[in-house]
Amino acid sequence: MESIGVLMACPMNSYLEQQLEKRFKLYRFWTVPDKSSFLASHKDSIQAVVGNAGAGADAELIEALPKLEIVASFSVGLDKIDLAKCKEKGIRVTNTPDVLTEDVADLAIGLMLAVLRKLCESDRYVRSGKWKRGDYVLTTKFTGKKVGIIGLGRIGMAIAKRAEAFSCPISYYSRTEKPEIKYKYYPSVVELAAHCDILVVACPLTKETHHIINREVIDAMGPKGVLINIGRGPHVDEPELVSALVERRLGGAGLDVFENEPYVPEELFGLDNVVLLPHVGSGTVETRQAMADLVIGNLEAHFQKKPLLTPVV
Amino acid sequence: MGANDTQQPKELPMVLLHRLPSFNLPPNPSFRDHLRSHFHILDPHESPEPYDSFLSRHAHSIRAILPVGPTQISSELLERLPALELIVATSAGLEHIDLPACRSRGIVVTNASSAFAEDVADCAVGLLIDVLRRISAADRFVRGRIWPVEKEYPLGFKLGGKRVGIVGMGSIGSEVAKRLSAFGCTIAYTSRNKKESVPFLFYTNVRDLAANSGVLILCCPLTEETYHIVNKDVMAALGKEGVIINVGRGSLVDEKELVQCLVQGEIGGAGLDVYENEPNVPKELFGLDNVVLSPHRAVMTPESFEALFQLIVGNLKAFFSNKPLVSVVSNE
Repeated sequence: MESIGVLMACPMNSYLEQQLEKRFKLYRFWTVPDKSSFLASHKDSIQAVVGNAGAGADAELIEALPKLEIVASFSVGLDKIDLAKCKEKGIRVTNTPDVLTEDVADLAIGLMLAVLRKLCESDRYVRSGKWKRGDYVLTTKFTGKKVGIIGLGRIGMAIAKRAEAFSCPISYYSRTEKPEIKYKYYPSVVELAAHCDILVVACPLTKETHHIINREVIDAMGPKGVLINIGRGPHVDEPELVSALVERRLGGAGLDVFENEPYVPEELFGLDNVVLLPHVGSGTVETRQAMADLVIGNLEAHFQKKPLLTPVV
Repeated sequence: MGANDTQQPKELPMVLLHRLPSFNLPPNPSFRDHLRSHFHILDPHESPEPYDSFLSRHAHSIRAILPVGPTQISSELLERLPALELIVATSAGLEHIDLPACRSRGIVVTNASSAFAEDVADCAVGLLIDVLRRISAADRFVRGRIWPVEKEYPLGFKLGGKRVGIVGMGSIGSEVAKRLSAFGCTIAYTSRNKKESVPFLFYTNVRDLAANSGVLILCCPLTEETYHIVNKDVMAALGKEGVIINVGRGSLVDEKELVQCLVQGEIGGAGLDVYENEPNVPKELFGLDNVVLSPHRAVMTPESFEALFQLIVGNLKAFFSNKPLVSVVSNE
């Protein structure tokens, strides 16, 4: 398989790079000085693309690679891949579900605790050397708070299971109600937002869910509401979110993703009711290795004409 | 609580408020009003009379005492209160109260851990996720505008599947266990006695628990036996990837040794809400990204204070009407 050309869209994991290099002819797209001439000269050798949450395979790239057979994403999210185009051309698509579910859910709860209990803010306070004995700064209790989940897939369910251990009543919104699920269903995000204390975005990013958190939803959440986003930056109308937080119309936010990563709105840096993370939802040693193994496993299966491990298309 | 004795009717049962001048109950007007409407609160620091004569003058009427914060209740103080029958503690920890002296006098002590248990457990879990997933460190990374420069943030460690060892399986320890079970952690514990109703694996001592765990969470009281219970041996048994979470008392841990282990990479990380000499925190910790520091605020939510107030008023009312008390500290 050493002659099979694999194009890696951006840097994502050195273990994955090593493994790809061992088995295939690996091209690192980000090191190429002129992308269009590279594609023109290599279009017949590239049979696979490896992408992630940051870069995948859009229509333009797919059209430029006539020999493309498979797109393997180092993520569970597929918003950077033109799925319709792949279907049209018979190109297979795989992602990395399940292996990262727990880490993302853990982080969602970690963000809830960090925002409500002001853990990062308190840590800053201690490190500044300003701590005096007997200062009563109250934070907000997490146990028992109502948690509303947008998207009750694998990650949404894992978040619910964890929040339940903190006696949090769970409610959700999803495209269709799930009658077998015991949690309370709301038919719209605005209604869900109005009836919970903490709103978590855990659904895929599609045309329909773009800016699913907008001004109306933020207003419904109110000045004590807390937003947790472990989905994709574009799920949230970011300028609306920023002004709501700055003007204290929203109580707080825990954000792992942003509309224009790695750039984060500067206005957020001065707030004590937000926690800002650099897209680390699946960022553990254990999980990234499992994700890399899944990408390799899918590529090998495809080129050995075996069934794919985690196909999407 | 700021009123002179004469402004409160003397028919109300008397309760001595015992505090250091720098401490007071959190400023909650409805609690103070409620307390004053049911009890005659004696506050020596609000009286112009010298402390000693104030105490002597009222000693024979004082059946109940309300200590605020870590104000010591020593055997000497107990001797000066011959009519004392009840101490309504306002903290989860009781190491500032001479419990053996209370026992021999037949003085009942109630504590407040049930009011705080959920909040302390939440804090312990929050600190653990923060240490493993580097949440506070990553937040600093983003606020420091480093993300666009460095692009990749160092990977953290998975919580699921970790073996968690809980030291002390009282109300706080059980709330921690309940929460972490939902994250796929395996729970084991040590405690003075094995608890038959608890389904988790029991170890007779902290060292064995540490040797079989990836995380140690300290939820036990500070006593002579538990002073520095987490020492050099225990930390070595826990190992280089081990994480210590302390929401108990600073002196449960040999702090000097802990700092050295952390600085030298002998243990994996720590989340601390308490320290040996608060509010002083070893400065060597300030430069570490695998450490999360909290200023003894595990109980600091309005909800837990509300629960505390209910518990205090509930216990005092029950006592003065000869009804059963809530949250009595057992000798077990």
